[in-house]
Amino acid sequence: MRPTWRDDAPVASDSPLTRYRQRLWRRTLVGLAMGAALLVLTLVSLASGTYRLSVEALLAILFAGPGGEGIETQIIWGIRLPRVAAALLAGAALALAGTLLQGLLRNPLASPFTLGIAQGAALGATCAIVFFGAGQLHSTGAQAVTLNAPLGVVSLALLGGLSSAALILLIATLRGLTPEAVVLAGIALGAFASAATMIVQYFASDTQAAATLFWTFGDLGRAGWPEVAWLAGALVVFGVLPWRAAWHYNAMAWGDDPARALGVDVVRHRLLGTAAAATLAAIATAFLGIIGFIGLIAPHAVRLLIGSDQRFLLPFSALAGALILLAADTLGRLLLAPVVLPVGAVTALVGAPLLLVLLLRGRP
Amino acid sequence: MLSIAGLSFGYRGAPVLSELALQAPAGVLTAVLGPNGVGKSTLLKLIAGLLPAPRDRVRLDGTDLSRLTRTRRAQRIAYLPQMTTPAQVSVFEAVLLGRLPHPSGRTDTDLVLVEEMLQRLGLACLSDRPVTQLSGGELQKVLIARALVQEPRLLLLDEPVNHLDLRNQIEVLETIQGVVQDQNLVGLVVLHDLNLALRFAERVLLLGPGGAIHTGAMAELRTDQVEQAYGIAVVRGEVGGLPVMIPRGAAVAADAGARRRRA
Repeated sequence: MRPTWRDDAPVASDSPLTRYRQRLWRRTLVGLAMGAALLVLTLVSLASGTYRLSVEALLAILFAGPGGEGIETQIIWGIRLPRVAAALLAGAALALAGTLLQGLLRNPLASPFTLGIAQGAALGATCAIVFFGAGQLHSTGAQAVTLNAPLGVVSLALLGGLSSAALILLIATLRGLTPEAVVLAGIALGAFASAATMIVQYFASDTQAAATLFWTFGDLGRAGWPEVAWLAGALVVFGVLPWRAAWHYNAMAWGDDPARALGVDVVRHRLLGTAAAATLAAIATAFLGIIGFIGLIAPHAVRLLIGSDQRFLLPFSALAGALILLAADTLGRLLLAPVVLPVGAVTALVGAPLLLVLLLRGRP
Repeated sequence: MLSIAGLSFGYRGAPVLSELALQAPAGVLTAVLGPNGVGKSTLLKLIAGLLPAPRDRVRLDGTDLSRLTRTRRAQRIAYLPQMTTPAQVSVFEAVLLGRLPHPSGRTDTDLVLVEEMLQRLGLACLSDRPVTQLSGGELQKVLIARALVQEPRLLLLDEPVNHLDLRNQIEVLETIQGVVQDQNLVGLVVLHDLNLALRFAERVLLLGPGGAIHTGAMAELRTDQVEQAYGIAVVRGEVGGLPVMIPRGAAVAADAGARRRRA
């Protein structure tokens, strides 16, 4: 972990404690910078699109509230704001899930996607729509798909995601697998869930199949305020609870025995942390479909910047995930406007080069 | 004082330790010696609570360790495993982790304690370095610093100087010996080098394939006991005022090799 800004590196003559405090302060600055970037990107994303707005006009509409008059209010409050909010929240949720999984399983390749959690959640959501009629396809309006029973979709998506996570945990702990084998098992599990989803879709009616299709590539367009509220709730609960255990996770990074010798309940933290990660990923997947890569890249990007201290890694990864997903979605909306590219694809298009750049810069 | 009485343990039916007894006083290092697979690491893990120790067998200053909660245990016992894969954090943070079991957590007092320990072990200039970039000797000292800021009563060190060069071996053991003396700690250290053990430890537990061979003062350790444990003949002598034991040859290796087990 190198100093983030080299010219601001601590003076060697300072005491260790002073330098530690300086380091914490520098890290806080990194977080503040990310927060500022997020704010700017949010405004840019809200203002741009087929219907462009100046920043002043945008702010006026935002401050006027959803009750305002005119087409702009409808565009901002009805379409763009929930979409942007969904991008921010889902990006944060997926990145947090990836950070938790990578830390708790001590596996740099762990993420909701590589461990099959997202695919399991998509299978659950698909089953809810096809077998329990929880979703519907409309031909008009921005909301082509509505979920009649979001609770049903979310519960089954949760069930699917948590089952995948539980299987992975079971395999990893019972057989004492290497990190590589755990990821292999996750990929197998993901392929299994994807195949099952396809078969369920194959036997579904046309409208049901269309309603389930968007789970196979993530799309932020269908998120409305209820979905945003669900995501926000999940993020508050399952983001803050693990963060409170950050020091315990830091101990677990050294191995199970050293952590237990420091009094850490390793099994409990691994179970609860993985469950929190699976819940976050499952809820995001239930509403928005499979969005890969965020959960993998966001923690790595942040780790290259500030190291793996979970006190900072967890919140900053959430910020980075929100940034990446919103940037990807904004690009997806603008690149070939009025065609909107699926965010899942754009995420990888934006994220992969970013990760490569960070890797090249990060290695001496 | 660490007192162990009638401690037995096995993995899935294969006994490793049977009816072990040991008295390790505070203020001096107690070396745990013996060939591979006789249960040295198992013993340390049992004491540290990483393996389920039977009730009323291991007592520290009269307290049955098996009855303590994991936090209370961590407040009294610091454990250094044989191998450590460092995490991606700075030296300061790595040492600060030692304060985890204490309710005060990461307050200013804890931070000052970490700083003092870094200075004491000569690590102050490294405090910003990522532990992943340290040499083996530096990493070992960082881990010892962490164990010490844990403010334990009992220090358990599993082969702390393996993989270290000559100078670091001596430096690390001198540090450990100094701290155990100064703070009157109970120190149990697994060593493979007989001569380091002779030099730094006052007490010894010599484990052989069949169980404890010698428990007590290091000065009373006899060559025939070492031969019995390792299955190799040794000579004892003195070089430059330091006690040494030098292997002579695999005299009794034939039958000892057959008795040796792997844990």
